[in-house]
Amino acid sequence: MTTESEENQGDEMEATTSKGSLSEIAAARTQKQPGSNALGVGLEARGVHAWFGEKHALANVSLDFWPGTVTALIGPSGCGKSTFIRTLNRMHEFIPTAAMAGEVLLNGEDIYAAGVDVTKIRLKVGMVFQKPNPFPSMTIAENVLAGLKLAQLKIENKDDLLEECLERAGLWAEVKDRLNTHGGALSGGQQQRLCIARALAVRPQVLLMDEPCSALDPGSTLRIEETISQLSSSVTIVIVTHNMQQAARVSDYTAFFLSDGGPGQMIEVGSTNDIFSRPKDERTENYVTGRFG
Amino acid sequence: MSTIEKVTAPKPRKPWAATPLDRSKTAGIVIAAALVSFVLVAITPMKGKLAYAAIFFLAYLIIDFVVSFQKAGRPAAVDSLFRGLVTTAIAIAVTPVVSILVTVWVRGHKGLHWTLFTKDMHSNSFTDPVSQGGLLHAIIGTFLLVIVAMVISVPIGILTALYLTEIRGRFTRPIEFLVQAMSGVPSIVAGLFIYAAILIPFTKTVNGIQGSLALAILMIPTVARTSQEVLKLIPSDLREAGVALGGTQFRSVALVVVPAARSGLITAMILGVARVAGETAPILLLTGGSGTKNYNVFSGSLGSLPNYVWQAFSAGTPESITRAWAGILVLLIIVVILFTTARVLGNRKVGKK
Repeated sequence: MTTESEENQGDEMEATTSKGSLSEIAAARTQKQPGSNALGVGLEARGVHAWFGEKHALANVSLDFWPGTVTALIGPSGCGKSTFIRTLNRMHEFIPTAAMAGEVLLNGEDIYAAGVDVTKIRLKVGMVFQKPNPFPSMTIAENVLAGLKLAQLKIENKDDLLEECLERAGLWAEVKDRLNTHGGALSGGQQQRLCIARALAVRPQVLLMDEPCSALDPGSTLRIEETISQLSSSVTIVIVTHNMQQAARVSDYTAFFLSDGGPGQMIEVGSTNDIFSRPKDERTENYVTGRFG
Repeated sequence: MSTIEKVTAPKPRKPWAATPLDRSKTAGIVIAAALVSFVLVAITPMKGKLAYAAIFFLAYLIIDFVVSFQKAGRPAAVDSLFRGLVTTAIAIAVTPVVSILVTVWVRGHKGLHWTLFTKDMHSNSFTDPVSQGGLLHAIIGTFLLVIVAMVISVPIGILTALYLTEIRGRFTRPIEFLVQAMSGVPSIVAGLFIYAAILIPFTKTVNGIQGSLALAILMIPTVARTSQEVLKLIPSDLREAGVALGGTQFRSVALVVVPAARSGLITAMILGVARVAGETAPILLLTGGSGTKNYNVFSGSLGSLPNYVWQAFSAGTPESITRAWAGILVLLIIVVILFTTARVLGNRKVGKK
């Protein structure tokens, strides 16, 4: 049953991909305008630089993420997209040699300011990783609620939250009968949606997704994209992707990153429609039309 | 949903497996090699089991080489020659281990007696008939020594491993080096250290805790290194995921990393125990060898299996030597049980990655 429906979705997606150019795909989506979904929270990067040891990996990125929108970060490998996204929830400092400069403002306050509790920041800015990484020692239900335990949050009704998060991640129907089995038995796509549910359970205002579909098959990719579309009304989403069709399908805004051998830089940002149909920078145009990268 | 058409399945077979002809050829080579070794031992001055074995292996290698050379040429012959060499090497490596186990069983099982596990030696001497007295005090002593050593060394060992893999502070490299160096410390050194640091200046007498401390010194490096290897296998993705969900590093390690490594950490613990269960030198120096049951590790002489074996051998009569072998057998069984437990727990998977 599941296999069949996933197959159909795969076909559907191929149909979408073959439908036409990136600009057509982007135009087919109703794009949100700044402030159209007033959640009252915003994330702004101001002049962000990043280093690994001596290597200057990212230079001077300033970028605003509008509340309730999806922003896609595209660009060739090694251009600093993932490094940038990891500066937004302070996961960058997880690497011992890492250093950074600039400001990242969440609701107007710098998350790198002295005295900021980093765990609180990561609660507000959640993250989904490239490879699905459910906790192997926990059941599906425990995985979803792991954030509450890790962050020591108290909650009234765990069952409701469990169902709500799995529902929002599009996984509830598939796992509701086996919530107490281990997450490792799920398929890759299901594991990734489990990780999304896990990230949602602590109610983040922003969700960072670092190439969430790169390890998944087309059917699972489509399910994740549907999930992203549904989530975007309630969460601000930043997604790094190598798949330009994906950026065109799911995002309201697109930022193009590029490195010319030196540190990665942001070349251009605009509405996804503009980036794919009338980019201002020649390098962006070359990239989105497939002339390099 | 489409239904799969029913087909009559063919009988599964293994075309690559050895045919009866191949098997009989191999058997023929083995028999021929055995015959050659008998003949050579009979007609030459070479004598003894060692001669049989050596000639058998050599003859087997040569005949096998010639047969495969004729059948499939030089590459195949070299291939089977090396297979033969590797098999021989394995046989040589395994022989002493098997020999030890067999000898311990053959000599020790005569001394096995139900009262070994119910009686101690307080009213008997080692030269009494084997049916009198027992090992109970020594088994209790060994368990107490090992359990106290475990209580001391497992937390220290696992915390050291966590420092090396999770905190990775400035002292990671020197500590890693120290732990590796410590795992080569001879047990007598650990014993003498406690002797000089505690027995001479403070207690001035033997007791159990001193033995446990010496054993703990020997256990910590084993536990720390094994735990470190296990923790290294936990993908860093999981640590990042724990932290990205708003956990502190402590909660992320405690709730995600350690549970994921749980079975491996248990293995590390048991390997540490097995490492020290039979240690003799520090025990002889520090704990004494009472023949009476003693449940108090903090005072009084504490008997133990290694000590019992040593005393029984020293007594030198046939009865006492049988006792010693029985003691070794019991110790060996305890260690084998521990290793088996470690393997079973270590192989149990915690979900799939």
